[in-house]
Amino acid sequence: MADVIVIGGGPAGLGAALEAKKTGAESVVILERDRELGGILNQCIHNGFGLHEFQEELTGPEYAQRFINQVKDEEIDVYLNTMVLDLTEDRKVTVLGDEGVQVIQGKSVVLAMGCRERTAGAIDLQGYRPAGVYNAGMAQRILNMEGYQVGREVVIYGSGDIGLIMARRMTLEGAKVKAVVEVMPHSSGLYRNIAQCLEDYDIPLLLRHQIQKVYGKDRIEGVTISQIDDQWRTVEGTEKIISCDTLLLSVGLIPENELSEKGNVPLDSGTKGAIVNSTMETGIPGIFSCGNVLHVHDIVDFVTKESRIAGRNAARFARNELPRGEEIPTRPGKGVTYTLPQKLMLEDPDGVTLFLRSDVIYKKARVKVKEGDRLVKEKRERLIVPSEMVQITLDPEELRELNGEIIVEIVGEKND
Amino acid sequence: MEKLSLRLWVRKMTRVVEKEITCIACPMGCKLEIIRDEDKYVIEGYKCKKGLEYGEQELKDPRRIITTTVTVKGGFLPLVPVKTDKPLPKGLIFDLMKVIDGMSIEAPVEMGQILLENFQETGVNIVATRDLPEKILKK
Repeated sequence: MADVIVIGGGPAGLGAALEAKKTGAESVVILERDRELGGILNQCIHNGFGLHEFQEELTGPEYAQRFINQVKDEEIDVYLNTMVLDLTEDRKVTVLGDEGVQVIQGKSVVLAMGCRERTAGAIDLQGYRPAGVYNAGMAQRILNMEGYQVGREVVIYGSGDIGLIMARRMTLEGAKVKAVVEVMPHSSGLYRNIAQCLEDYDIPLLLRHQIQKVYGKDRIEGVTISQIDDQWRTVEGTEKIISCDTLLLSVGLIPENELSEKGNVPLDSGTKGAIVNSTMETGIPGIFSCGNVLHVHDIVDFVTKESRIAGRNAARFARNELPRGEEIPTRPGKGVTYTLPQKLMLEDPDGVTLFLRSDVIYKKARVKVKEGDRLVKEKRERLIVPSEMVQITLDPEELRELNGEIIVEIVGEKND
Repeated sequence: MEKLSLRLWVRKMTRVVEKEITCIACPMGCKLEIIRDEDKYVIEGYKCKKGLEYGEQELKDPRRIITTTVTVKGGFLPLVPVKTDKPLPKGLIFDLMKVIDGMSIEAPVEMGQILLENFQETGVNIVATRDLPEKILKK
């Protein structure tokens, strides 16, 4: 029996467990399948983390270490090498760990399992399935934590931040990165990563290009790339073979919700994570969700922020102190692909931070929270890009005044 | 009046955008312009103090924080992640990588521990970015 069971010991799990303890949960348990706490941060050895949380620039391991040290100082039970096998609606958690199979009853449960990478199977990659085709994050772990050189001649497919970071990392380790290939007309990574990861090392970024075919039977020997047009058709005559011994795929992340489904937690087809209210509680009472298992984040500082909400309310639930009241739905409007949380609890004593993502790039933008025709709140942003989440906060008073569906929209100069 | 506009016109003509760079001081990624105005250079397009500092530094001596790993003997993991504690001159990046490639240290390591001091008299140290305990052999 535990007050709060946290599934996953990455940034979301660490933040949730610490906040649950701080809010008065007596027994807090973290279940982690890896050999140590810290999750994906341990392999993200580059800097750029913590600007919001600590007002300084840290590397991934440093960001994790600060939270791990806090967890060590608290009375939080950490189970490593422990796989969660099952979760029920009444919050029984079945685990397989160093002591065999156990069932732990939680007064509340926080889902913090993170996400996993989309694979070659998800992007219709033609050719054989030779060795040397890796997901970028997998390659990052092999290189940065296990100490193996992944390859010598590299092509990277997808220009998200993981792909860009790996382009630089492989270059520093002596590999030749021949190209970063991107199907979209713009990179989905941060501008500064294009500058410091690609331009610094003269790595070409091929926008509006696709990989047509993978060559090589035992080990990858090369790829064919070609330009594509607005209709995603190959531009004839632009096909080109690039020889390589390694192909890294950086083609998106998917929240890892198999366990949530076992607990009958309702999911959102847009975010691929749980549907939550502003306390981060899912459709199953006492089960909360936060971090990349809820929706894929771009900045870990926001994962921490979200996980504190989940941890705090999980502790309140365990102590029978979670306020209950009327809930109203939120919906993405013009220019917004999704909003989270999907429901607002009007009595939420903490107010609510709405997270949203835009469909395209906007300059001189305004984010509007509307109830019917009434403007509830507005926020100006110089620049909004789809790869970076936008936040807008409603305080408890603003929240209590609401009574109908909330629509969040973005207006501004579209830019591509 | 006419004289003034003529002077402005001449001034405009002497200003040349030498280079466009992306600021890496924060995730905003502002576009900075390095402009040559006769014999001096000015930075434009920055939106904060950090951006101006970055642009000026980039103009006279571009530097980068470098992160990589160092081999560890007897550690819980075979590598410890490290970083330069200050930005390193860009031209020395691969020299540093070569030196680090030959390094090996003994566990345990603590976050913040200096593993290489004052690399090539630059004042830049290599520090560990996590704790790495010794490997515990299972009974």
